[in-house]
Amino acid sequence: MDAVADNEDRVDALFHALADRTRRDILRRVLVGECSVSALAASYDMSFASVQKHVAVLERAGLLSKRHHGRERLAHGEVEALRSIASMLAELEDLWRGRIARIDDLLTHDPHAHQE
Amino acid sequence: MPVTDVTHDLATRTLTITAEFAAPVERIWQVYADPRQLERVFGPPTHPATFVEHDLAPGGRAHYFMTSPEGERYYGWWKVTAVEEPKRFAFDDGFAADDSFAPVEDLPVSHNVYAFEAIDGGTRATFTSTYDSAEALQKVLEMGVVEGATSATDQVDALVAG
Repeated sequence: MDAVADNEDRVDALFHALADRTRRDILRRVLVGECSVSALAASYDMSFASVQKHVAVLERAGLLSKRHHGRERLAHGEVEALRSIASMLAELEDLWRGRIARIDDLLTHDPHAHQE
Repeated sequence: MPVTDVTHDLATRTLTITAEFAAPVERIWQVYADPRQLERVFGPPTHPATFVEHDLAPGGRAHYFMTSPEGERYYGWWKVTAVEEPKRFAFDDGFAADDSFAPVEDLPVSHNVYAFEAIDGGTRATFTSTYDSAEALQKVLEMGVVEGATSATDQVDALVAG
């Protein structure tokens, strides 16, 4: 049960992290390539501390990792974590595509509505 | 393929899917108004749905269960919140523990709006499902209502482009 709860907490953290436009933008940058936190901060019209907070939210969600390189901290995106959310929505989409195909099928084989 | 558009909104955990059918709006409505037809489309072939109660009217309820290949039953209910026949209806969809169909308090509920409009040669249907939390979305998938292989396409770009 704890494993299930942990997993659900993790998914909540993923969605929370992605629900913010700035964080999605940061993620987009660090997925393209490693980027220092200070370089990220310079890209936004907000304080270094604010950008750092966004980076921390992404890190807690497992979407971003940091490593030390000399005096710099370099951030990179975790593609696998992002895939798990994408696959969840894709699974739901698959369910819907199945339903719609079945409706289409029903209409083809049974073009007239039954009268009850 | 009748599906013409799909939108994933991560921030609101909403899936919107649009499809076009070569049948009039009234015929599409009938699929949802008649539980025997609804059963044929609602659950995937591996988890067929059985509706034991069905009242597509404001305040009406539907009770259903889906049966897994192992014979396990997953119980669910609808509470119909709005009906504008034959154009649109809205309902909450939740889980029940057993065949009493009493809602399970701590399990998530999804909010759904199905809308149908006449277009040249048929009907455009827009299905919108919103989940209150990521947990709700995950639970729905864990219920075994999912069919088919997960799309292997690289969705990363689409996701972060939002």
